Amino acid sequence: MEHMNWNTQQTNRQARQARAAEALGLQRQGKTVLAEAIATLLHAVIEPGDRVCLEGNNQKQADFLARALTQLDPARVHGLHMVQSVLALPEHLDLFENGIASKLDFSFSGPQAGRLAKMVSAGQIRIGAIHTYLELFARYFIDLTPRIALVCAQSADAHGNLYTGPNTEDTPAIVEATAFRGGIVIAQVNELVDTVPRVDIPGDWVDYVVLAPKPNFIEPLFTRDPAQISEIQVLMGMIAIKGIYGEYGVQRLNHGIGFDTAAIELLLPTYGEALGLKGKIGSHWALNPHPALIPAIEAGWVKSVHSFGSELGMEDYIRARSDVFFTGPDGSMRSNRAFCQAAGHYACDMFIGSTLQIDLNGHSSTATLGRISGFGGAPNMGADARGRRHASPAWLKAGAQAREGRGGVAAMPRGQKLVVQIVETFREHMQPAFVEKLDAWQLAEQAGMAIPPVMIYGDDVTHILTEEGIANLLLCRSDEEREQAIRGVAGYTPIGLGRDKRLVENLRDRGVVRRAVDLGIDQRDATRNLLAARSMRDLVRASGGLYQPPKRFRNW
Amino acid sequence: MSIPAGLEALRFSFTGTQPAGSFAPVLVGVVGSGNLEVMIEPLTSTTDGAHSECRIDVTTSARGFDPIWRAVAEDFHTRHKLAGVAISINDMGATPAVVNLRLDQAVAQLRSAKP
Repeated sequence: MEHMNWNTQQTNRQARQARAAEALGLQRQGKTVLAEAIATLLHAVIEPGDRVCLEGNNQKQADFLARALTQLDPARVHGLHMVQSVLALPEHLDLFENGIASKLDFSFSGPQAGRLAKMVSAGQIRIGAIHTYLELFARYFIDLTPRIALVCAQSADAHGNLYTGPNTEDTPAIVEATAFRGGIVIAQVNELVDTVPRVDIPGDWVDYVVLAPKPNFIEPLFTRDPAQISEIQVLMGMIAIKGIYGEYGVQRLNHGIGFDTAAIELLLPTYGEALGLKGKIGSHWALNPHPALIPAIEAGWVKSVHSFGSELGMEDYIRARSDVFFTGPDGSMRSNRAFCQAAGHYACDMFIGSTLQIDLNGHSSTATLGRISGFGGAPNMGADARGRRHASPAWLKAGAQAREGRGGVAAMPRGQKLVVQIVETFREHMQPAFVEKLDAWQLAEQAGMAIPPVMIYGDDVTHILTEEGIANLLLCRSDEEREQAIRGVAGYTPIGLGRDKRLVENLRDRGVVRRAVDLGIDQRDATRNLLAARSMRDLVRASGGLYQPPKRFRNW
Repeated sequence: MSIPAGLEALRFSFTGTQPAGSFAPVLVGVVGSGNLEVMIEPLTSTTDGAHSECRIDVTTSARGFDPIWRAVAEDFHTRHKLAGVAISINDMGATPAVVNLRLDQAVAQLRSAKP
């Protein structure tokens, strides 16, 4: 029998390490490499065509390593296949412009979406696929395993043990996939210490550590100034709490990032309390530490919060509320995007979030022309978990509504996740949120995508909530009913004005469409006075001074 | 009234069945971006004392939304059927949601202020 070498990856890994040792000489001490030698290290360990994960998270960025990668010699390092969840920094795209990288698999490109679309149409980037976070992490362990991981941590010790601080985010998923499949892990850190406060990544999974000249960039993505919440958002929040949270008894949930859901967080201790819902809704959360949740936490509404990432300024507050947040023995929070995405998908009964466009089938998308942005985690949060088998009252009630009176395969008792899209009928500049055809169709054509980029498919959306009320799609029994229910809450948009008034009134009688007045809500009660905090300063006060907002939010 | 350049003026007139009678003018809202001001005054006539008209005058900075204003005005009138009122709206690009909210606030204030 012919001799086979079954350890080519380990051999190759050792060869890369040997090249690094030779090239670096005294610029390396154990695992620690001098910042000025970063290009030498990267040239030594990266081979053309490598799959590289350059840690770009939703919040923290391995920005020093990103810059270093863009400055390599394209004659030596080229054809890289980048596999990272978020494209946030200009450097993430510069790599493709200067010929170092050629292919991209990712999840979200918010800040770079416009430039990405231009580069794709100019043929500068080949996109493998746009994933959800969980989907991309899954592929790290199947067919997109990184050969090189360039990650980001708060501190490291001489053994390479990493402390990520509260923004652990993607790091464990990236490093686990890379380190256990012959890859090389390089970490940039803000400080080198004798002993890390806690070990987030074990040192023997890390090959090299570089002290970055500047602390890594991190974005306070989840801070919403209550001063910017409108009366209409208060009204929609009231409709949500009474018509959905209370109606289904939603205890376990995930909120989107916008002002609509920030309003709801600030209405729980006031309006929710007045409705007698404390203890009956909103106990367990898959959520970043939203400052807007502080008043609800202080009022005793929240039992637990597990987070995808952290939020700048919330560190001391989290530390002082360790019963609520997931914290280590050192007191600081540990987040984990992969686990929190799994938690949001499987262990939450509801997702509620905003969108930009909804069509007549209830398909919902934030994709707009000229921008390739991806959806990050929303598709996993906003999808029924088909693999779920445990029951809860909210899940059972939604499932029963969807299945009532139906036979055949649908007659089997089963629950369903509540997936709520909350939008004002008109966005800013009078852009209607309801459309005949999603921009996603045209975008798919422009960018040569196999399918239109839909954030949440219509058959996963259970409720559409606007200032006009709630359309309960679970109760619709035909495509026509679904269309009229959606038109029924689409207000004065062309879609709304095109409704069949008689059919919509009929749906109202059946509770498929429920207006504020049908829920016993007087819209004149919708004032900002109902918000538990009306300014950033109120949030700080509610936290007993523990919450320290970043400067740009300190407007008092 | 002269309309400054860039603004659009619209008038809608309905026949109501709920006479508002006499009342002190009511003012709600503010003229600010994305917001509007609504004033309701008694509609006075020199010819006779009976006023069945509900007249809505809109001055708006957002041009080209006549059909939406018409639909909002019609729905407002269907809700309240006011008679003998002149409603002036000064709009700075408010969404229909905000317009409806202000109109209903103004009517509520009108009703609560009446003896």
